[in-house]
Amino acid sequence: MTFFMQMLVSGIVVGSIYALVALGFVLIYKASDALNLANGEFVLIGSYICLTLVTALKLPFLVALAVTLGVCGVLGLLVERVVLRPLLNAPTISVIMATIGLGNLLAGLVHMVWGHQTRVYPNLFPNTPVTFGEVLITPVYLWSFIIVMALLLAFTIFFKFSKMGVAMRAVADDLQAAASMGINVKRVFAITWAIACIVAAVGGVLLGNINGVNATMSVIGLTVLPVVILGGLDSIPGAIVGGFIIGILQSMAGGYIDPLVGGGLKEVFPFIIVILILMIKPYGLFGKGGMERV
Amino acid sequence: MVSLEKVEWKGCEDVKNPFVMECGNYKTRYEKDMAIFSIKRVKIRMLGLAILAFLFPLLADNYVIGLATLCAIASIGAIGLNILTGFTGQISIGVGAFLGVGGYTSAILTSTLGLSFWVALPVAGLITASVGALFGIPSLRLKGLYLAIATLAAQFIILFVISRWTGLTGGTSGMVLQRPSIGSFSLMSASSYYYLCLIILLFTIVYALNLFRSRTGRAFLAVRDRDVAAEIMGINLFTYKVLSFAISSFFVGIAGALLAHYTMIVSPELYSITVSIQYLAMILVGGLGSILGSILGAIFITLLPVGLGFIMDYLAVYMPDMQNTLAAFQELAFGAAIILFLIFEPGGLAHMWSNIKNYFKVWPFSY
Repeated sequence: MTFFMQMLVSGIVVGSIYALVALGFVLIYKASDALNLANGEFVLIGSYICLTLVTALKLPFLVALAVTLGVCGVLGLLVERVVLRPLLNAPTISVIMATIGLGNLLAGLVHMVWGHQTRVYPNLFPNTPVTFGEVLITPVYLWSFIIVMALLLAFTIFFKFSKMGVAMRAVADDLQAAASMGINVKRVFAITWAIACIVAAVGGVLLGNINGVNATMSVIGLTVLPVVILGGLDSIPGAIVGGFIIGILQSMAGGYIDPLVGGGLKEVFPFIIVILILMIKPYGLFGKGGMERV
Repeated sequence: MVSLEKVEWKGCEDVKNPFVMECGNYKTRYEKDMAIFSIKRVKIRMLGLAILAFLFPLLADNYVIGLATLCAIASIGAIGLNILTGFTGQISIGVGAFLGVGGYTSAILTSTLGLSFWVALPVAGLITASVGALFGIPSLRLKGLYLAIATLAAQFIILFVISRWTGLTGGTSGMVLQRPSIGSFSLMSASSYYYLCLIILLFTIVYALNLFRSRTGRAFLAVRDRDVAAEIMGINLFTYKVLSFAISSFFVGIAGALLAHYTMIVSPELYSITVSIQYLAMILVGGLGSILGSILGAIFITLLPVGLGFIMDYLAVYMPDMQNTLAAFQELAFGAAIILFLIFEPGGLAHMWSNIKNYFKVWPFSY
């Protein structure tokens, strides 16, 4: 039972980070109908920038985090302006390929600057685990969970009440109607990309604190695909719920099935879930299926 | 009154000079419009090109022939993918794994079961086609992005099966293959294997060109342009989407088998998602929905790292530590190439080529 609880807790924590990264993913999909396959590289870049600021420049963690978020926000704006805006009316495959190309470009850049070896964050959180009943939780996990929850809450409020949030929802709902009501669609797109980049960076910093940073971290960009498919590509609550479900299932598969098949199933398991979901309920738990007119 | 039937517009068909372009559209019959070679001169030019491709190994060294072989194999795979993605509009991010299915099928048939390569090659194509059709079934309900993710899932699942089914595939250590042989003559030399790949590529090209003159090919185009409308016009979406997956995967499987016998080794990491992305890049850079584009794109993407390697060698004289970042630089350039093509030439190399041709059609009197 303790083992089960331990797996559950680590699943919830990893799942919360998935939820955060998936949030950025869904935002972009809602705003511009684009599948952002460069998300993993955004995570990677955020993590590396923060690490460099903390270790090389000796900045305090919170300052470094703030600077990282600023830099990543600018990166998001830049990416939208240079790569995505010229492709505004391009077919789906062009946009997907553009983000794949962007991912390659950023990955190449990261490898050139930071190399391939794993780097570790200095201990920012105390090492002594906190006990809840029988379950041991390391403070990093606890803090990650708290930060993610706070951010998710903040974004929910932002979308619900702020003017920009409402504008973003309007653009996601109907681009032309939003534009005709005087919403500056280009600005909304730019800010969407900036936010997506920022949440990816937060996910990267948290993951980096848990596992250390190396180039394979960008795999999370693909792992969140099952999350958004489960939740529904266009649903923010779906991304959050899906993140937790996939995180927990993946952790359980890693704990219970992996020893039986000799490892590696943990990474593939979410994709098996994807195929099942797509067969049974193609638009996910909360997604909107479309009606089509010719 | 002269009936249109009797007037045979010849245009500039009588001109003997093989370099003169066709200076207008003079087609008066449907058959002429559907012909692969619009005028005789084009046929002669294409034959000339094919002969050049056959004579080329006599002049080149083994390294260059090796590159040409890789280009030919990649072209077969790219044409296969283009049939699915460019002509039928179904996005697939799982080509890498399908190449793997082809390669591993051939490896198992020849190395484990001891069958001849000439049996294994078509069987590899057929098995890949059936796996492709299996993963194509969701395409009936899924479109665009959802389908892309389903094929991505196929990529991971197939690779997982390959690397864990140790009894059949040798697991992560892979399998060793032999070059094929005709009677006692083994196709061990670079040029003989090049000829094999070139001949199969020619068959692939002819098949693909003819496919899009048939009902099936036109149905694929209709599905791409608007699948709901196509269904209303009497095209069975399920049949044609799955058929497109099968035909496309067949060629990808053939390419996979050829590649496996060329490198003489198969192992799971040779078929990662990077390969899928490279193939997608080929058809995008070359031109979606263009056979010529598939070939040009395959050549471009295959030669890109080689060309960059040359540049890096040149730069290494001035910046010695640049050599360490070669792989990263290639990745960066690859990404940049995709983005630049998408933004500045969405039609790809095939469109560039037709622009050049159009410019010279009425050159130098272009106004």
